[in-house]
Amino acid sequence: MNDLVAPPVVAEAAAPPHIGRRVVRPNARRLTEGRGTYVDDVELPRMAHVVYLRSPHAHARVVSVDVTAAHAMPGVIAIVDGARLAQVCAPFVGTLSHMVGMRSAPQYAIAIDRACWQGEAVLAIVADTRALAEDAVETIVVEWEPLPAVADMETALAPQTPVIHAELGSNLCYHRELDTGGVDAAFAGADVVVEETYVFGRHTGVTMEPRSVLADFNPAERRLTVHHSHQAPHMMADLYARQLGLPEADVRVICRDVGGSFGIKVHAYADDFATVALAVLLKRPVKFVADRLESFVTDIHAREHRVKARLALTREGRMLAFDIDDLTGIGPYSMFPRTSVVEGNQVVNITGGPYNHPEYRAKLDVVFQNKVQTSQYRGVGHPVACAVTEGIVDLAAVRMGIDPLELRRRNVMEDDSYPRKGASGIVLEKLSHQQCLAKLETMIDYPALRQEQAELRKKGIYRGIGIAVLIELTNPGAAFYGVGGARIAAQEGATVRLDPTGVVHCAVGVGEQGQGTETIFAQIAADEVGLPLAAVRIITGDTAVTPYGGGTWASRGAGIGGEAVLQASRQLRTNILALAAAHLKRDAGELDVADGKVRDRATQATLVDFAELGRIAYFRPDLLPQGFQSELVVTRHYSQRTYPFVFTNGVQASYVEVDIETGFVKLLKHWAVEDCGRVINPLLLDEQIRGAIVQGIGGALFEECLYDGSGLLRNGSMADYLVPMASEMPDIEVAHVETPTRTSELGAKGAGEAGTAGAPAAVMNAINDALAPFDVRVTAQPFTPEKILRALNKI
Amino acid sequence: MTDKVLTRITVNGVLHERWVEPRQHLVDYLRDELGLKGTRSGCEHGVCGACTVRIDGDIVRGCLTLAVQADGARVETIEGVSDSGEIADLQHAFLESNALQCGFCTPGMLLTADALLKSEPAASREQIREHMSGNYCRCTGYHAIVDAVESTRETRRLAGCGGDRHE
Ligand code: FES
Ligand code: FES
Repeated sequence: MNDLVAPPVVAEAAAPPHIGRRVVRPNARRLTEGRGTYVDDVELPRMAHVVYLRSPHAHARVVSVDVTAAHAMPGVIAIVDGARLAQVCAPFVGTLSHMVGMRSAPQYAIAIDRACWQGEAVLAIVADTRALAEDAVETIVVEWEPLPAVADMETALAPQTPVIHAELGSNLCYHRELDTGGVDAAFAGADVVVEETYVFGRHTGVTMEPRSVLADFNPAERRLTVHHSHQAPHMMADLYARQLGLPEADVRVICRDVGGSFGIKVHAYADDFATVALAVLLKRPVKFVADRLESFVTDIHAREHRVKARLALTREGRMLAFDIDDLTGIGPYSMFPRTSVVEGNQVVNITGGPYNHPEYRAKLDVVFQNKVQTSQYRGVGHPVACAVTEGIVDLAAVRMGIDPLELRRRNVMEDDSYPRKGASGIVLEKLSHQQCLAKLETMIDYPALRQEQAELRKKGIYRGIGIAVLIELTNPGAAFYGVGGARIAAQEGATVRLDPTGVVHCAVGVGEQGQGTETIFAQIAADEVGLPLAAVRIITGDTAVTPYGGGTWASRGAGIGGEAVLQASRQLRTNILALAAAHLKRDAGELDVADGKVRDRATQATLVDFAELGRIAYFRPDLLPQGFQSELVVTRHYSQRTYPFVFTNGVQASYVEVDIETGFVKLLKHWAVEDCGRVINPLLLDEQIRGAIVQGIGGALFEECLYDGSGLLRNGSMADYLVPMASEMPDIEVAHVETPTRTSELGAKGAGEAGTAGAPAAVMNAINDALAPFDVRVTAQPFTPEKILRALNKI
Repeated sequence: MTDKVLTRITVNGVLHERWVEPRQHLVDYLRDELGLKGTRSGCEHGVCGACTVRIDGDIVRGCLTLAVQADGARVETIEGVSDSGEIADLQHAFLESNALQCGFCTPGMLLTADALLKSEPAASREQIREHMSGNYCRCTGYHAIVDAVESTRETRRLAGCGGDRHE
């Protein structure tokens, strides 16, 4: 090859843009071949395994521990208690300063003297293998003194109930009230008032890959590397550094393949700190992989809310005011560092969110109890808020004899009324409720469905149609955590680099847990730099090499991370053009980029490709003009600062059949119309929405962590805790309305959680619609056959 | 502890002779002894299907089977069927339909789906849903998995090779 300008070749048609196309995930092939790498697949020299001895009681004092026999068991390396670990790892408190008045107690990596929930670790047993560690645990004798447990959240604040943390004075973690001022007047003047109480059982994420952490401490250089199944690697690196007193620069967190996360893996668990502290203490790698039984008693749970709701309307069906009272139980400690009050807080912010009512009042009590900690799990408060809102709207529709779709049409915020505020004070950039409702109506052929329902009802077949309008907060700024003092990045960065072979590498702080994050970043980079997707490589999940970022939560990956990729890629394109101009001795304005090649803007003729430019820039800069320096690495950051959050909206419909003899609910079909702004990859997006809907359905119909009165979990195994299976799930049709956000050039909003937000409400409304001829309703999730039969007075 | 037992298991065509603890499950034998990490452990009590492998051509749960029970048998894992190309069409369909997200359930799903298509080459959508119900997926919502199995059923039907066991 010579170093002269390549002769122009025939003009080529530009490749179609990648953004908006159903691009298949290039990084998924290895997963189909079983060649992924999850934490448990990583093996390191001298690696030890830890098993935690966990409290069998909801609340108990450790009177004595006898480990003599365990120490003599083969392969046992160390047995460490909470007091010893506390010398290495500081305790932590899960509070945020902007949640005014919230309190929690210090939590230790391993409990000292007292366990506050069934499943809390009180001892670490480290051995050569997990099996040997488990053998040793069997020989340990612990004498427990059971203490009275706070199980029922309804009585957690009652004077006779014991206080879990004496220093806090009560079991109240957080209380909030919101009042627009005219609620009582609105109810007094209303033509129609409906009132109902909604109950939400506790459930949990059940990621197929359990929580896993492999901590590797090198005492010679005092550097810590943690292989983690996690959504927020930079947050964890910061926390490990702080709690263990290491410089953050010497802590590296690596997240390779993550086997499902859904918010379960966005928290800092006591087990994580304990495992890392053990690696520091023992000066060798220590691996912890939760087994399924301990997942149920240590992974965060979510929901467990009781919401009393009232809605006031005029006789024309115009909504005047919502009034809610939410009580939620969160376990003995607020989760670190995101806290356990965000879900309740979201219920307050979001209830009534799609509608035009002027008045709103909400009261929230977050209480401690001796159960597993609850915290942010997919949807965070939205499934609760949406079910309360849409449930009571349906109740009003029934009472007033107005079609439920029509009642919503009369009250949703008009598509041309934005930007605006909701009654709770939330700021909404631009939503599309009217368009979405119209689209849904056509999609499900509503009149035909109603007719089918009516005809079948005559034959004793009870089907129901349930509708749920929703809003979802995505693309958060610092409003969530940063303003409350948590060191959780609200911005995201991307570094793109052109290498000498003409391939673009792009490193991003937001990682992949299967959503397709890396694929959409590659699509954005391909379009914005101007090269084929096959010539893009994405790097995520390693704090040593990616720009500092917040990670995956609050549906921010595409919107925040994607915009950083877009901005960095645009600048790289400009820099490539500058290099080409210097090399070709042309004006950069005369040049254009497409498909990995620089072309003449006027003739569209290819002038030079990226590989040739890379070769020159890296190996033959002597050929470039004096004074020109190529810059083929670009970093750009993005944070969304226009609004606290960028809201999305959508509407879902569920069609069910209820067997009134058995109480079984058959899901016949589910539809979703979703507006998440600009659609980057419909193939991945639709499956995100479907997966989220199925998780929402799980909570509505099957999933519940069942506790007895003494705070013990009765169904903590995968055989006993029911998750949705293929045969029970319906086909799910997804459609889109696209209202791009103007807060970024990409225009994408989040999409990963809206499915979970709307599905429980849609299913609940469908069941109640099916039960309407019997004039009964169910409002306590999950809607088990037993609850339905009870409502029907059959048992 | 019980004495180790000498087992001879042919895994993906290679004979392995190992002393194993009688209590060791096949999934742990594959992962820990042989380094075949593609077989996953999701529940360890036979519910989720992530540990699905084949013994002498039939799918079994690696967490309910002891390694010693496979003594003398032929075991195939996701690594083996990927290398041989035996289920390449199904793997391709999974990618095209985006029938996986995190991929943790996927090896088990693929082996289970392949077993269905071999025993029921004309399986209906409902039969597919029914048959796949012993394999949990927390990410996808199942719709795309069912799509992928259906589309493979069609390609195999057109290719006239449904029901073939590649042995
Ligand atoms: S790990 Fe074997 S069925 Fe779940
Ligand atoms: S793809 Fe994650 S569990 Fe199925």
